[in-house]
Amino acid sequence: MTTAYVALASSTLGQAASTLFGVVEAVGGFIAILLIVFFVAGRVTGRLQRPIAIVICLGPALFLVTLGLIIPAITTINNSLRNQQFLGQLKTKYIGFKNYTYAFTDPYTQQTIIRTVLWLLIVPAMAVFVGLLVALLVDRMRYASIPKTMVFLPTAISFVGASVIWSYVYNYKAPSLPQTGLLSQVVMKLGWSNPPNWLITVPLNTFLEMIIMIWIQAGFAMVILGAALKGIPDEIIESARLDGASGIKLFRTVQIPMIRTTLVVVVTTVMITTLKVFDIVFTINNGNFSTDVLARQMYADMFVTNQVSRGSALAVILFLAVTPLIYYNVRTLRREREIR
Amino acid sequence: MTTTTTPAAKVQQPLKGQAAVKAVRKAFSSSLASAAAVFIGIIWTIPTFGLFVNSFRSREAAATTGWWEAFVHPSFSLSGYNEVLTGGGGLAIPLVNSLAITIPATIIPIFVASMAGYALAWMRFRGSDFIFFGIFALQVVPLQMALVPLQQYYVHGLQIFGVTVLPSPGINGTIAQIWLTHTMFSMPLAIFLIHNFIAQLPSSLMEAARVDGASHLRIFRSIVLPLSMPAIASFGIFQFLWVWNDLLVAKTFGGTSPEMQPVTARMQSLVGSYGAHLDLLAPAGFLTIVIPLIVFLSLQRYFVRGLLAGSVKG
Repeated sequence: MTTAYVALASSTLGQAASTLFGVVEAVGGFIAILLIVFFVAGRVTGRLQRPIAIVICLGPALFLVTLGLIIPAITTINNSLRNQQFLGQLKTKYIGFKNYTYAFTDPYTQQTIIRTVLWLLIVPAMAVFVGLLVALLVDRMRYASIPKTMVFLPTAISFVGASVIWSYVYNYKAPSLPQTGLLSQVVMKLGWSNPPNWLITVPLNTFLEMIIMIWIQAGFAMVILGAALKGIPDEIIESARLDGASGIKLFRTVQIPMIRTTLVVVVTTVMITTLKVFDIVFTINNGNFSTDVLARQMYADMFVTNQVSRGSALAVILFLAVTPLIYYNVRTLRREREIR
Repeated sequence: MTTTTTPAAKVQQPLKGQAAVKAVRKAFSSSLASAAAVFIGIIWTIPTFGLFVNSFRSREAAATTGWWEAFVHPSFSLSGYNEVLTGGGGLAIPLVNSLAITIPATIIPIFVASMAGYALAWMRFRGSDFIFFGIFALQVVPLQMALVPLQQYYVHGLQIFGVTVLPSPGINGTIAQIWLTHTMFSMPLAIFLIHNFIAQLPSSLMEAARVDGASHLRIFRSIVLPLSMPAIASFGIFQFLWVWNDLLVAKTFGGTSPEMQPVTARMQSLVGSYGAHLDLLAPAGFLTIVIPLIVFLSLQRYFVRGLLAGSVKG
């Protein structure tokens, strides 16, 4: 028994060591190449020095961005107009916008799109609400960092980890047994003798999964909005108070307008994250029991059910939905730069 | 606007009818607000705390009663952790894999992006502004959009109209394709964050170095890189958390055997195979989140700075 245990431990250790050695090798190799390139390029003088420096500094980034983002985006748009089913399929042809028509007429996909829109509306609104509320509550608090850290903590937790954590909240047991899920326990103590099996109850399960996302995103909203609230000059708040504004009125007429830009940026950023939400739905129900969203269905189309072109069409739809949000953020950013 | 009014004058102002009520309410309101904030904080922490408690209970206890029972009938054991770390199909190898994925996928983008950030900020040329905003706008490309083409590239090389433009990098099925993928996807945010910091370094510093005859690459190496550490730290934490917590890229390029999987993918298959490993979920889950939590809590200040620079300031 002990020898088997030791053997197992040492084989694990050996594997771990070789994996980590590969990492050291790779990072070391990368830095060595950089140093060599810098050394060689450093010998160049005169007119060519500047262009060479630009190419060395900017080249790798542009190469990676082109290879990893620009070309794939074009390829995916192209794929979405074809009838490719599985990866590596050779004989495919253009079928026009059929994949898009399919996405908007197929009842299952329609449901998916509607559900994604619900996610988009509810999650950012609630995350910003909670984040703003906490930011306001702790504004003049003494040990503000304690509740702030508590709300901010889930930001560091993976969506998968969060799904595991919340599975102990939503866990279902027959009412006669001792409960292991916190939610069932709480509602039963409150007098609901026969709570449902939360995660397979449609449409409740979708909203319960949204709560996980709100739980993660609220901390982000709190930090950004808290900083924006702190950024409002004291004189403005002070003079508004002298004019008789306080509490809700101060908040509505002074603080909200002052942080409007930040507010919109936070909403759009949470929206972008929400639009791409895949892990939570994938981990908890794998999209079953009417919880599917765009990002999960797309993954299944591409890698599970061999419908690459349909999946690509969904990816393009996602892309088109994100574009105006990013456009807005870039425009805000450019405007702020011009002011500066 | 009464700009000349002093706080003293404010006290002397005639108060309306409910002055007393208002004063009392004001005194209470700040402690009430604090209580509300702490209350929300506690609600936000309870789910994680439940996982933490459950991870230290025996499998029977965790499977049959809720974690709160541990305070009524205390019984704690480390058997779950023991099993998760040493058992076959456990988390030991995936934890190592996660580190092996995360460390290069954090370090490599830092170098690539800070070089690009320096070029875009201090070696201005025609179109450099366009490139900067172009890269930033590439955030618009969802990860999902790039998965299939990237996988085809890793297997067959880059082909345009059937002609191979770039050969396959020969890293198919290795951990290196996860590094490369994360590096590519990190570029827009990394360049944006680091560029904005580098651009604010004092120009007198750069000019002095140039007068002394330092080349651009030399300035980058011995002035810009050391001075940009705050921005690099912010981005580094961001990227570390992002890569550690990623599931989609790991799932697509990481294969299905536990030998190759990082913790997130391993956890996902544990949750998925309902019943089989459900009893080990709590210790496994806590091991999964504990490293990012430590990184986060010890370097929170830098992380917040990165968040603020990323979404509020230009």
